[in-house]
Amino acid sequence: MSELAIDVRGLTKRFGGKVAVDHIDIAVPQGQVWGFLGPNGSGKTTTIRMLCGLLKADEGVGTCLGLDFRKEADAIKRQVGYMTQKFSFWEDLTIRQNLELVARVYGLSKRSAEIDATLERLGLVARQKQLAGELSGGWKQRLALAACMLHKPKLLLLDEPTAGVDPRARRDFWDEIHALSEQGLTVLVSTHYMDEAERCDRIVYILNGKLVARGSVAGVIEQSALITFLIRGDNVRRLAESLRHEPGVEYAAFFGAVLHVSGNDRAALERALSRYRGQPGITIEEATPSLEDVFIHLQEQAA
Amino acid sequence: MSAFLRIFALLVKEFLQLRRDRPTMGMILGVPLMQLLIFASAINMNPKDLPTAISVADPGPLSHSIVAALHNSSYFRIVAETNDPNAARRMLQDGRVLFVVEVPVNFTRDIVRGVQPDLLIEADATDPAAGSYAIAAFNNLATTALRNDLVGPFAARAQGPAPFNTVQHLLYNPASITQYNIVPGLLAVILTMTMVLLTCLALTRERERGTYENLLAMPTTPLEIMIGKIAPNIVIGAIQSCIILFVAHYLFQVPMLGSFELLAVTLAIFITANLAVGYAFSTIAQNQLQAMQMTMFFVLPSILLSGFAFPFLGMPNWAQWIGEALPATHFLRIVRGILLKDNGFPEISPDLWPLLVFILVTGTVALGRFRRTLD
Repeated sequence: MSELAIDVRGLTKRFGGKVAVDHIDIAVPQGQVWGFLGPNGSGKTTTIRMLCGLLKADEGVGTCLGLDFRKEADAIKRQVGYMTQKFSFWEDLTIRQNLELVARVYGLSKRSAEIDATLERLGLVARQKQLAGELSGGWKQRLALAACMLHKPKLLLLDEPTAGVDPRARRDFWDEIHALSEQGLTVLVSTHYMDEAERCDRIVYILNGKLVARGSVAGVIEQSALITFLIRGDNVRRLAESLRHEPGVEYAAFFGAVLHVSGNDRAALERALSRYRGQPGITIEEATPSLEDVFIHLQEQAA
Repeated sequence: MSAFLRIFALLVKEFLQLRRDRPTMGMILGVPLMQLLIFASAINMNPKDLPTAISVADPGPLSHSIVAALHNSSYFRIVAETNDPNAARRMLQDGRVLFVVEVPVNFTRDIVRGVQPDLLIEADATDPAAGSYAIAAFNNLATTALRNDLVGPFAARAQGPAPFNTVQHLLYNPASITQYNIVPGLLAVILTMTMVLLTCLALTRERERGTYENLLAMPTTPLEIMIGKIAPNIVIGAIQSCIILFVAHYLFQVPMLGSFELLAVTLAIFITANLAVGYAFSTIAQNQLQAMQMTMFFVLPSILLSGFAFPFLGMPNWAQWIGEALPATHFLRIVRGILLKDNGFPEISPDLWPLLVFILVTGTVALGRFRRTLD
């Protein structure tokens, strides 16, 4: 078994009386890409901030890169690249000036060469003299990635790095992530996109500060024991409301034009659907639940 | 009608926001109250009880009467009596007294003989406004002080010309040129204003723009960040000081008697003190507006209670205590001392160490307040 880049247990954070992160255990082996999923406000950002020493954990023990994550935050900071959710580089500096600042703070030798190489790899050479504030979302995100990669960290903590970024740029970004992980870098990345989750080695789903699912994508889907039927047709929109009230139907949700109807009780689900089968212009078929189905299911269960 | 509804909607929003913005409310209520208190009770355009040293070289009874008359005058507070004129003048140089009254040798004898002796008052005229009423009162002494003594055979002395002459020496600023006082004072006030304002935005701007999180995520220590934020502003302060001093000397002909090196060192200390305050504000303030409000709370007393706008010694004790806690007060004395009185290190050191203590305290507060995490 490979060494663990992150190994924390019982991670807990309270803000006032509210528990933001509730006894979460995370163990990420070196060189893997882990996806961190959960609805807004579920505690993803708080967890990531605790791991890189930006927030003090109220409870929890463990290590980050073999260092005590509570006591050795300074040493961890030097080996971790943290990409904030909101763009946090200096908008009144150029791309190159931002990178130079970071390079100096981390005390890199051969700064100029390192910066040139990073600019080259991320395709920022032509734009290096542009002010960061003038960049579009996709380029800002590249700059942020370039900056948090500059000191060659062993662990990348990425907090919703692709929010608001176009599909092409997202794809490029993920290709870069995979290339980095090939080189042995460990990545923990939070996201709301299912296609991104599916590109992760493992995913962790947290809800209201609690870890509710963990594993490979297929594993998480299997663990849920969810049964999903897909309903297609012209009148399917009208059916949704009545289907939601049928016993055995946990939820009915649209994925594009297709209605996904899911539940854990196969018999009850079949019974509920039998009344709709044979209606003109409607097809009903069973399918493997998608990851999103499982997440909706987990949220419904918690509600 | 719908226009009223829209205006009403906006009004409701404004009031809701105003109610949530406690610091702004604090400023709206606090600043006028502070100004009212200061203007109404601290500011005294006719300062009394001014510290005075008397040097008496004549043991005669009439000089006792002069001393008694000074004691009785509401303008003078006798803090030292000596028979050594040089010791008294040193107190004037150090700024411990504003006036020295010298009763000459044979004062009593000369009056008895009908020779009009000179009663000398030396005034620290760096702030010409501070002493003018007191000097007028001193001149009246010539006719009133000895009224009870000049009886019997000396009754004639009480008639006719005054039994003695009053002579006034306005030291350090003999022509009572207001600019000599105001322009060095402006150095203190302008630096206070710009330095505090510049640095109070240091961290709040990072916080508002979201770059603070990045700053913390990098391996920088609070002290490193503080030095990084303060040092560039010291340069700005130095440039500003050069401009002010240049204008003061060449446009307003303010004398520069003392050591320029000493002035430069104290300037650097004073600038640092103000930057430390600004930085402390920026660790406390949640946004730039709050930081500016805090700056206002600091700058206002620095103008009004430092001795810049009004004579320091004319203020009541509580106002002087507040003044003593402000760097501008001490720097004002130092800069006037160096420029106008040719003061050296020994004379300014009583005002130098409070500046250093101030830097230490505010720097500690700032570092203590600095959050290494986002908690």
